[in-house]
Parts: sequence; C-alpha cells; structure tokens
Amino acid sequence: MPIRTLNHFATISPSSTTTTTEIISEKEPIYIETRETVAPKKAFRPRFSIPFAGSPKTPRTAEIAPPQTRLEPPSQPAFRPPSPQIPTLSLPTINLTSAQGEQSKMEDMSKPLTLFQPPTPAEARRRAKAHAAFGPLGSKQHLYTSQFTGTEFPEPIEDEPPYYFLITTYISYLILIIFGHVRDFFGKRFKAENYKHLRANDGYAPLYSDFDNFYIRRLQLRINDCFRRPVTGVPGRFITLLDRTSDDFNLSFKLTGTTTETLNMSSYNYLGFAQADGECADAAEQSIKKYGISFCSSRADIGTSDLHLDVERQVANFVGKEAASIHSMGFVTNASVFPALVGKGCLLISDQLNHASIRFGARVSGAVIDMFKHNDMSDLERVLRERISQGQPRTHRPWRKILVAVEGLYSMEGTMCNLPGLVALKRRYKFALYVDEAHSIGALGPHGRGVCDYFGIDPKEIDILMGTFTKSFGANGGYICADRAIVDKIRATNAGTIFGEAPTPAVLTQITTSLKIISGDIAPGQGEERLQRLAFNSRYVRLGLKRLGFICYGHDDSPIIPLLLYHPAKIPAFSREMLKRKISVVVVGYPATPLISSRVRLCVSAAHTKDDLDRLLAACDQAGDVLQLKFSSGVAGGQEPPVAIEGALPGQKAEPEEVERSCLEIGGGVPVMPPRWKLADVIKRGVADVKQPLY
Amino acid sequence: MAASLTNNTTYLSHLPTTASLPPSAIHLLDTAIISFNKIPGSAILLRYIRSSYQNDPIRSLVELFLVIFAVRYLLAPAYSTKKVKNVPLTEEEIDELVDDWTPEALTSEQTDFERLEGERRPVIVGPAGPKAKLAGSGRMVVNLASYNHYNFADNPDLKAKAIQTVRTYGVGPCSPPGFYGTQDVHMKSEADIAMHLGMPACIIYAQSFSTISSMLPAFSKRGDVIVADKACNFPIRKGLQISRSTVRWFEHNDMEDLERVLQRVVKEGQGKPLTRRFIVTEGLFECVGDMVDLPKLVELKMRYKFRIILDETWSYGVLGRTGRGVTEQQNVDPMQVDMIVGGLAGALASGGGFCASSKEVVEHQRLSAAAYTYSAALPALLATTASETVALLQERPEYIMNLRENTKAMRGQLDPRSEWIRCTSSPENPVLILVFKDQHIQDRGLTIADQESVLQDCVDESLANGVLVTRLKSMPVPLGVSGKDAAKEWRPRPGLKVCVSSALSKKETEAAGKVVRHAITSVMKGRKWQSGRAGQ
Ligand SMILES: Cc1ncc(COP(=O)(O)O)c(C=O)c1O
Repeated sequence: MPIRTLNHFATISPSSTTTTTEIISEKEPIYIETRETVAPKKAFRPRFSIPFAGSPKTPRTAEIAPPQTRLEPPSQPAFRPPSPQIPTLSLPTINLTSAQGEQSKMEDMSKPLTLFQPPTPAEARRRAKAHAAFGPLGSKQHLYTSQFTGTEFPEPIEDEPPYYFLITTYISYLILIIFGHVRDFFGKRFKAENYKHLRANDGYAPLYSDFDNFYIRRLQLRINDCFRRPVTGVPGRFITLLDRTSDDFNLSFKLTGTTTETLNMSSYNYLGFAQADGECADAAEQSIKKYGISFCSSRADIGTSDLHLDVERQVANFVGKEAASIHSMGFVTNASVFPALVGKGCLLISDQLNHASIRFGARVSGAVIDMFKHNDMSDLERVLRERISQGQPRTHRPWRKILVAVEGLYSMEGTMCNLPGLVALKRRYKFALYVDEAHSIGALGPHGRGVCDYFGIDPKEIDILMGTFTKSFGANGGYICADRAIVDKIRATNAGTIFGEAPTPAVLTQITTSLKIISGDIAPGQGEERLQRLAFNSRYVRLGLKRLGFICYGHDDSPIIPLLLYHPAKIPAFSREMLKRKISVVVVGYPATPLISSRVRLCVSAAHTKDDLDRLLAACDQAGDVLQLKFSSGVAGGQEPPVAIEGALPGQKAEPEEVERSCLEIGGGVPVMPPRWKLADVIKRGVADVKQPLY
Repeated sequence: MAASLTNNTTYLSHLPTTASLPPSAIHLLDTAIISFNKIPGSAILLRYIRSSYQNDPIRSLVELFLVIFAVRYLLAPAYSTKKVKNVPLTEEEIDELVDDWTPEALTSEQTDFERLEGERRPVIVGPAGPKAKLAGSGRMVVNLASYNHYNFADNPDLKAKAIQTVRTYGVGPCSPPGFYGTQDVHMKSEADIAMHLGMPACIIYAQSFSTISSMLPAFSKRGDVIVADKACNFPIRKGLQISRSTVRWFEHNDMEDLERVLQRVVKEGQGKPLTRRFIVTEGLFECVGDMVDLPKLVELKMRYKFRIILDETWSYGVLGRTGRGVTEQQNVDPMQVDMIVGGLAGALASGGGFCASSKEVVEHQRLSAAAYTYSAALPALLATTASETVALLQERPEYIMNLRENTKAMRGQLDPRSEWIRCTSSPENPVLILVFKDQHIQDRGLTIADQESVLQDCVDESLANGVLVTRLKSMPVPLGVSGKDAAKEWRPRPGLKVCVSSALSKKETEAAGKVVRHAITSVMKGRKWQSGRAGQ
C-alpha cells in the first residue's frame, strides 16, 4: 500500500538560475541567484491555496514589479546557500576573534606576518575543523549584550495567522486522521499481519494501545525522516548528518554511507562550547588521562572526587548561591530534587508548559500539584490566593510549604519567565521559588548567569536555582544551587545523589573550563565575546525573520526562536526544504505543541557567524515563499519604517521604530502593515537595527 | 417607532397587569415581544402556552420549571463539584489568610547522622582504581567501594580511545536523541549491546538510574498490573509509582509466592478486558545481592501470560562467561525475557543505561520514555567506551574469571570467618552485601538506625586501616509520610557493601578482606557498641 508523502512542495527545486554577484556581506561575496519562477515580493498572493493540492507555484512573472528602489535586480533575489565550506580554506582573512578555541596556537601565529601567507595544508585543515565547530567573528559590530532594560517586563506579542490558515490547519489534521482511520480499517482486515502488535495475542494484551499508537503510526511515520536524524562529529556551528534512505516508507532507515555537512540550527550549543579542540577539549583530554573515564559509583558512595567539589564550588559562585550539588543528568536532577523538597501536605504550583522532568519530579514527590497559565502572573496569583485561603484539600489545614516551579527560558516557546513579577508575588505570598535554568544559564544575561543576571535580580531572592550543563556548557548533567543548609540536606536525601552515577571526569572538566572561560579566568575576552555574539545572533535572526514576515514566538533576547508553521504538511516540508539548503532544523508538532501551532525551533549559537545567519535567513525567505509561511500581521514587530523607502541610512532608524512601537502601545493609531521585507534590506539593515532597544 | 408602540399597546392591553407598569417598561416589553414574534415558530409556541395556560395553569408552571432546570443543567460547568467544596471567602478574608500563613522551612535540618556521613564521605583524587588516593591526607587506600570491577575506568587503551572520541565529537552531544543528538557512536553501542545480549534491539539512556523509572511508565499504564519483587531497588519503585499501574508485591525471590500472586491476578482479571501484565524483578538484587531464579520465572511467565521486565543493572557485565548477565549464567534464551534493562555505569566503566528488547519495544521507548525523549544523549566518549568494554568482555574472558576468583577469595575471608556478619549476596556477585547476624541484632537490640550507625563506624574503621568500603544506602523516605506508614514499606536490611576488583591480586584481596573483617570485629567489640545501643 503506497504511502503518499505529504511533501508536495519538496518536488520543486530551484529552476534555471542566473548568477549575479552583489556584495552584501562585509566578509565575502555572496552569490545571488535570480530565480525567474518566484513571484516578486509585493506581488498578489492567492488568498486560497489548498494545502494538499500540489505545487502552488506556477510562474507568475507577469505581475507587478516592485517599485524600483536601488541598484537591485528587478526580480526577487535569492541566496544560493553557499555550501558549508570554511571560508579560510579559500581565502585567509584577518581573525578578529579571540573565541575560537585555539588560544595557544593563536598566540604565536596571530602576529602580522602570517596574515598574508596562505597557511600550510595541515594548518588549514586544522583551522577548517576548528571553524566548523566555532566560526570566527566577522566584525566587532556583531556583538550585543543580553540584558533586560526597562521597568515592566513585556509579554511577548503573539501574532496570529489569518483565520484561513487556522481553518485549513484543522482541515489538514482532519484529512490526515480520516485517511489514517480508513487505512487502519482496511489494513486491519486485509493486512492483519501488520497490526498484530496492536491486538491481544496468545493471551497477552497488546503492549501499546491502538489509540495511543494511532498518532505515531499514521501521522508521525509520514514525517519520520525529519526526526532523529543521525549525526556524527561535533555538534558545533555545523553538524554532519549521516545520509539515510528508507524503502519501507520511513519504518526503517538505511545509512547510505555518505554524510552531509549542514549549518546547525538545532543543537542547544548556545555558547559554542561543543568543540573538539580548544581549551575545553584540551582540559577534557588531560582529565581523562589523570582521572580515567568514569568513577563507577554514586556520589553518596565514593563517586566524589576533588573535581566534583571544584565544579560545585565554581557553579555556586557562578550562579551566585552559597552551595551547589551536581548530578550526571539534568532530567534526574529535577526528577529527584522535587521529592526532596516537597511531599505530602505541600503544594507545588507549576507553569503549564514546564518540562517533562519537572512534571516527573512533581509526580514522584506526592505533593498536590496545581498549574497556572504559561507565564501569566495574574493567573498564578489567582491560584495562590485560592489555594492558600482554602488550605489542603478536605482537611483545610494550612499548607506546609508552597513551591512554585518555573523555567528560566522555555525551550519550545522562546519565552522567559517573568522573574520580576514572580519575585514580587513571592514577597506577598511567601512561597518558595524554583527556577529551572536549563536553557537560560549561560545563554542569558550580560555575564551569562541566567535570568537573574538578565533581569538584574539578586539570586538570593530565589530559593532554588536549578540548571543543566547539557546546553550552554557543552557537557552533560545538572546542578542545583541554594543556601548551604538546603543543599546539604538535599544531598543527603535525594535519590539522584544516593543512587545515581556520579558525573564523569571529562564532563566535569568541560564544565569547569567553560565556566572559567565565561567568567574570563582563562582566555580573557573569549567568554565575553561568546556571550555577546550569542546575544547579537539571537536578536539578529529574530529581527530578520520578523521582517521577512514570519510569525515567531518568544522574547527578543531569547536564543530559541520558534517559527510558526501551523499546517501539519509544512512540518516535513520546511525541514526538507532546509535540508536541501544544507541547514538542519528541529521541527515540532502535536503532541509536543498544541495541535495548531506546529513550529520549527531555531537555536542560535555563539558559534554562528553573521554570514551563517544570513544564509539561514535566505533559506527561510525562500522556504517561506514556497510554503507560504509569511503571514505575520506586523503586530509583533518587524515593521517597515517609513524612511526605509528612501532607503539607506541605518543610523536614522531608531526613531520611526520607536514611534511606531509607542503608537502600538497606545492602542494602535498607526496602521500595522504586514512586514514583508526584501532579504537584501533585511541583511543590510540588520546589524544596526538589532541594537535598538525595541524593534 | 410610533407605529410599533401603538401596535403593542393593543397587544399588551390584553393583559390586565400591564396597566400598572411604567411606560418605559412597557416599551421594553414591546420590543422584546416584537423581536420574539420575528422568530420563526414563535407563533406556535405562543399558541401552545396560551392554550395550556388557559386549560391548566399548574401544568404550564411545571413545564416552565422543567425548561429552566434543563437549561441550567446544560449550562452548568462539567466539574462544578470542585467549586462547591471551596469555602466562599471575601477578598479581605483571603488577604488575612495569606498574611497569616507561614510556610515551613524549605528543607528541615540535617540529622546528626546525615551531617556526620557528609563530613566523612571520602573524596578521591585521581582515578577510582583498585588503589585510590584520598584527598586531604593523600593516603593510598585499597578501593573496595566502586563498581569498577575490572578497572576499565583506568585502562590506558580505553582512555586513549576516549580521548580520541573527545577529539572528534567534543564532550556533550548538546541535544536530546530525537533532535540531532543521536550520534553514530550511540547507534553502534546500541547494536553492540544488543548483539552481546542476543536481543534484536537496544536503546541507550543517558543515565543508568533513570532508565527503568522512565521505561516502566512507557509501557505500563493505569489499569495495567505489575507484579514486583518486594526487594526491588529504588528506581524500579519510582517507575511503578509514575506508571500508576496496579502493583502487587511478592515475597523476595519466593517463586511460590509469585505463583500465588500471579494466580490471583489472573483470577481477578477474568471476565474483564485483558490488560497488560508484567513481572518486574532484578537479576542481581541491588539491596540484597542475591540472584533471581530466571528459568522458574520464565516458566511462570509463560504459564500465566505475563511479560518479564528484568533489571540487570547489577548483573550485566558481571554474570555469565562473557558478562551477558543472568540469561547467560542460568542458560536462558534472552528472547524469553521480554525486556532487559541494564546499566553501563558500573562494571563497564562508562555511563548510562540501556533497555534491550524487540525492535518495536525499543522504538516505542524512543518516543515515550521521558528520560530518553526529554534529556540530552549520552556523551560520545561514554558511548564508545561502552562499545569497547563490551567487546573486551567477550574477547578476554579472563577478566571475568579473575573477578570470580577474587570474589571467592574475598567471601572466604568474610562470610564463614566472621562471627558477626553474613553475606546475602549470591556467590557470583562481586558486590558482597554483609548484614549483621540476626542473633547479634536481637542480643543488642539494634534498630535499623543503630545498625546503620554501627556500619558507618565499620566503614570508618576499615578506612583507617587502609581499605575503602561503603554502606548499602537506605532508600529516602518520601517527605510528609508518617513514620508509621514508612515502616510498612519494605526496607533493605542495613549492610556493608564490599566491591571486589579483578585488578587486585588474590593476596591483596584476601588481605583487604581481613582488614574489613577485623574492622567489623573491633567495632562490635569496641566500647561504644559493646552494651548494645550507643550511649546506653
Ligand atoms: C527545562 C529543562 N529542564 C531539564 C532538562 C533536562 O536536562 P538534561 O538534558 O541534562 O537531562 C531540560 C532539557 O531538555 C530542560 O529543557
């Protein structure tokens, strides 16, 4: 029985192209292709396209050309994504960066002499490898400090697509589900063999219920090629995918033996510490030599070495708490710490979108669990008032403790917790606050110290700061920071410390070294550069996507940028379009997100150069046209400022944006235009505009 | 407007009561009636009401009530019961209650025992090999406390390979396995372990401890039945709790009791829809050290149609000729065990855990086992180490043979010779769990807490004489559970844990065993515990 793939769009490949050269990037020429088949930017767009009806892109060249502004080719320019080659291979450039993880070698070769000599092939290879993990900084302009400015923490504006898209999304799911059931109906009758595992067999109940399995069998299987793509090598700036094919409709895959190097927009490598060389890897090597591979014991037994104590001290210092305790897995940190904090007679109030590990820990703890709407402080207050005044269920005794658990940065939404709001509520309602900084530690704040740093709030205000080393630090494991008395107690009573294996030496040194780099103790300047590059890159991509007309969720400084796709058919289509352009992205749909808000999640890293991001924007621009993803209404930003048409001076820009923003806040006197910038403008204006306070 | 007014005055004048109404109210009624008249079918309704009112006013009243009741019923929120329970309070009262409420401290004070244990916890500098260096004093001690049975953790070849991996993969994979975190080395380790065990497929979790507690709830849901051994380890218990399944316990390693429980479950299930049924037990028990009777278990499973989930965390890499675990040790076809869970963080000197089973079972976990789906993958260097150590165990059986020899030698020093303790571990288990003989516990009236203190003293005494051993850790009691409830739970018997290493010579092992034995004797004979409980 043939399975039709959902991706009708994927069959469109860029048609015949003519290449012109225009230098938009300050580093190297980017080749611009002119593609006749793509409609001009401001062209009429059909209001109704049927999501499953084949290629929507018939040539529409006859439509109105956009107003000629500058020296631009008449039709829509589109980047051919430059292949992920290392620029230094072809032409040696001056490295302004200090953060490339080859400190010692840099030192002696960064003298002016070598600048004009092509490096030896071995050296070139080594550098190419290093740059594939961590790109060199293109310009000092590409830096920004991640910090909260202002007084009131704004809710991010969530744009909505036209109703048409919502309705067709539902219809798409409906069609998929009907198709699935029809196929099940016939399949179960005519190919009973394939459904054996769903039926009771020889007195054994089926291992998975038919109902739960339906989604996986009928919806996810179609797009399985977009998930769990195997990789090899360092998950740094680029990531190498192992190519694979499937000849049984995604049930199983065969590796072809070839690899594809793609731009990595998927790993949580925020600060770019996923490197196979440089300070961290050197230190990891030394520690394997000195300490071996593993301690083969739990922390409570004899799995404690001086390395562990060292990491705990450093982490506590970094986070700004008295003490820390570390675990070999972030998930287990949450799963085992909650039971050590709360239990019967306690109330745990959790953000609706908290991570699975928090929910796991909450359920194990036996505390009463309540939830509040994602990031909604008034809803939290409502829950608190109701729960405190009512006391425990049935007995109405007062609660023993109330713990509010939130995340610093939400990995599917790109939103930060409203820490100022939480701290204010905490003063009034006396609950204990637990912030999971899995994604925010290292990634936010002028010093990379997480949400407290970002908001300028004293970490003492928060009772428990938890985080993981898996993300920004390129290691593995999790930590928990609090006052010394609390940490000591948790250490004695949480199962993760008692039974879980201790973190291994290489992982521990990766953590210490990256922490030292961030705080500037070794390789001064490098840590700061990493932080500022991440902040710049995050804002740059977000601004670019908004200006191109995409709907993005989350806060401006978040390095996680969810780009909304809505239609189920666009999930695989977008992923495949990006893969065609050699970019790997994470796509998520139901059940990880609400049914309609399928999205692609872009994770920006300090390892990316501005050119990489331009390449990403170009690819998104093209995919957005092909898949009709540009449906933002403009309320969330990315507006075309009035001066933009005369064009030109980046310095002038701040003003109209601010005006427009304030108008928005007042109640929208200014007509909100859907932003649909040209890619070239986005890139030209991006660097300067990113640094404006609001956009 | 005027027309409608006049129109309606005539309308309303039929009813005598309207005369007393103010004009504005009449006007309102007018408009209401007009709009009512516009609704199609309203005439029929009116006629019906009018005639029924004239015939039987009581009946129309009853009907009206019925309609109101139906509307209310339909509009009522689905979970209105929840609201009803709340005591209605004014905002001021709530404010007052909020002001009055004082929470307990987030954590209680450490107990003296916990503080002591924390202070005395040994800190190691350098590798946790058979001889380990202690921080502070810098003393070298014989290490009989880590699961590094073959000293793979400090094997130069393995270390070189691990470094090579760091040099190609970096340290962390920075992603969960589903999102570009599955590296080729993970796929290779999975295949290697599956091959070693003789199972079709395998999945690697990033931490051994998290494996079974995530894997159980992926299969067993509310309404399913799990029959578990009473002595199961802590992660299994947590997995059972999360799964929300119906749990039935059977006496530790008692196959007759197991059969009784299985029979009961089957009987209870008769006439009801078939649910999933599992038997959960361990290969080598973490808390007791003895071994499961797998052939019997398989026989029972076949007879009563249960699936077996076998936790081999402490037996994989240790039992059998090539370290395949209980299946190899007891000559059972691994395919008869439905799911085998194991750990790589112990004897294999790597990290993480695995579940080996059929392809479907493994693939199902990739999407529904929380600790796999929502956590970063295992570092590449640990994955390659696991592959290498699995290969070493198969290629060089002398590792395991040495370990057996040393285990025997160690046991000979402890179990038959010491008058105070006995070993509950099975003879093949390189982790010797030593508990006090019942007679001494009774003679001295030692409670569980006392025994733990005595054992901690034994550990300290032994360390003072240059041998590092550890205690079997008790399971943390959930917060807020009263002592009475906690006492009902099965608790492991306090014990010493002596982990044998194949990297020590037989002589060294025996010497170390002697030290441990003497340490126990001197503590038990010492002044502190002489007359029973300390301080009495
Ligand atoms: C908020 C949050 N907490 C905890 C974790 C788990 O961390 P780890 O991957 O180290 O197990 C994650 C990772 O995805 C996370 O996003």
